[in-house]
Amino acid sequence: MSTNKGNHHPAAQESGAAAPNGATEQLWELRLYTAGQTPKSVLAFNNLKRICEEYMPGRYEIEVIDLLRNPRLAKEDQIVAIPTLVRKLPQPLRKIIGDLSDTERTLVGLQLRPRNP
Amino acid sequence: MNDAVPGAAVPLPQATTAPGPGLPKTATGISGLDEITFGGLPHGRPTLVCGSAGCGKTLLAMEFLVRGAMQFDEPGVYVTFEESEEELAQNVRSLGFDVEALVQRGKLAFDYVHIDRREIEETGEYDLEGLFVRMGLAIDSIGAKRVVLDTMESLFDGFSDMALLRSELRRLFRWLKDRNVTVVVTGERGDGTLTRQGLEEYVSDCVILLDHRVDEQLSTRRLRVVKYRGTSHGTNEYPFLIGEHGISVLPVTSLGLSHHVSDERVSSGIPRLDAMLGGAGYFRGSSILVSGTAGSGKSTMAAHFADAACRRGDRCLYLAFEESRDQIVRNMRSVGIDLSRHLDSGHLLIEAARPSLHGLEMHLAQIHRLVGELAPQVVVIDPISNLGYASQMMDLSAMLLRLIDFLKSKGITAMFVNLAAGGKPFDATEAGVSSLIDAWLVLREIEAGGERNRTLYVIKSRGMQHSNQIREFLITANGIDLLDVYAGPGGVLTGSLRASQQAREKAAAVSREREQQRRKRELAARCAVLQAQMDALRQEASMLDAEISAEWNESAL
Repeated sequence: MSTNKGNHHPAAQESGAAAPNGATEQLWELRLYTAGQTPKSVLAFNNLKRICEEYMPGRYEIEVIDLLRNPRLAKEDQIVAIPTLVRKLPQPLRKIIGDLSDTERTLVGLQLRPRNP
Repeated sequence: MNDAVPGAAVPLPQATTAPGPGLPKTATGISGLDEITFGGLPHGRPTLVCGSAGCGKTLLAMEFLVRGAMQFDEPGVYVTFEESEEELAQNVRSLGFDVEALVQRGKLAFDYVHIDRREIEETGEYDLEGLFVRMGLAIDSIGAKRVVLDTMESLFDGFSDMALLRSELRRLFRWLKDRNVTVVVTGERGDGTLTRQGLEEYVSDCVILLDHRVDEQLSTRRLRVVKYRGTSHGTNEYPFLIGEHGISVLPVTSLGLSHHVSDERVSSGIPRLDAMLGGAGYFRGSSILVSGTAGSGKSTMAAHFADAACRRGDRCLYLAFEESRDQIVRNMRSVGIDLSRHLDSGHLLIEAARPSLHGLEMHLAQIHRLVGELAPQVVVIDPISNLGYASQMMDLSAMLLRLIDFLKSKGITAMFVNLAAGGKPFDATEAGVSSLIDAWLVLREIEAGGERNRTLYVIKSRGMQHSNQIREFLITANGIDLLDVYAGPGGVLTGSLRASQQAREKAAAVSREREQQRRKRELAARCAVLQAQMDALRQEASMLDAEISAEWNESAL
């Protein structure tokens, strides 16, 4: 299912195909903050897509927010580093920064992997 | 650059000045700071303000923005990493800064950047572009000319990629420089380094260090300009106050001797004393020392002086370090000096404080601030003697030096009252400052004939002829009354010796009078006798006459 989220660039929405049993599966809402199309943000997006397809196929929604188009959101959503990935759902809110090349740490950040002691 | 606000009656002062070759500077509006930096902070560049917790960094940064907005019409952005906008507004409300109103009017903007390391997972390469976006938006939204970053330490605590942080910081300051905004960055004091995280590496155009010390239960705040590239600056430590209206830094006026000099004379409030002072009183803008032992009448003299000033329309600042304001008013009323009407009319301001309340530097800073606010023509300090309590860095003479110099440079006529301990009318302190003082009156109680009587004399009064007599005076219900000089064969007489001399002279006058009367009567009596004799002789003569004419008549018949 692709839902339009108001004033965001329509092409920046991505989600997996609808799951057969959607009601019981946890939906992941992810937001990726970028500042223009830079190599780091493209890399981050690709890494994110890959991870989502692998670990939560069909149960995710990625929203890309370009702060150069929407600068006010930087303050509202407390974004400092670029790129920043915010997991809105499931709760609690988690913030992950960087281009997501370190898959392990990304998974830890998304709480799909426990942190190593 | 600043242009006048359209519709304003008076154009706002220019914030940016270029005093000669070198960096242009942005005035902060903070009392004293612009003086010691000779114009303010470097325009369009970052200034680092560092110090330990609680020393006033945030306040200085905030005041820089608030005054920039209010006094120079330069909007400002406050990027805060530790306190929220509400907390900051709350903290400065007691100083009379209405931050919310300025935000409403679009003169101030805040951005609370919250960085919590525990919330952040670092997964690869990143940069701090989000911060740039936020700052750009804030600056553009109000056209900011001033920016505060308080405190950059939080960036170091939040992110672990040091190399990245360093390069992003460099990029940030280049970016700010390109935008031509004057920036104040706060940093926490390090052990042995200026800041904990080495911010001075990036912000090196101007560095100001704040210090807050507690010595012998007295707290002193000091400010030092550690570095200011491209310009001369005062390198000393300057004490500062955080008072009701923000920060006041105490600049040391250059102790040059180039004060403007006046020929005008001001009354002491006691006409006969004016007569002793070259016939007209003190010079305006001069410094006067009144010293004497306890109870010798010094405060009364000071009150006369203040009263005379207010009567002729001057404003007088009376700094009281021994008695409260109401006590002074009451005491002076009992000798016929009504200070309350001057208090009501606003010509007189009595500020009373315990000397032990602050260190000496703070007192000096307070005096600077009060003089700046009231702009008096006359200042009285009563007394200066107990200000030396618990002085550490600065002794009383050094303080007096700075104070006298400061007041002279403003053309203020200043009277200092000094209590001399023991029987001596003046002490070592006075001897030390006597060369700075223009006029010196000593009040001395003379013992003679088993009594102590009040006298005063003028030790010196530069620039005029003055009396060298020791004059007795009384403190009556109408104030100080200088008596006529009574010179007996042994010298000037005072008290009951004078009284007895007066009585003797009176008695002598009376007896002379009586003697004259007696002589008059005696002469009158003699006159009467002679008159009687003359009458008798006349009688005899007329009788003879009658006899002769009778005999003549008989012989003719």
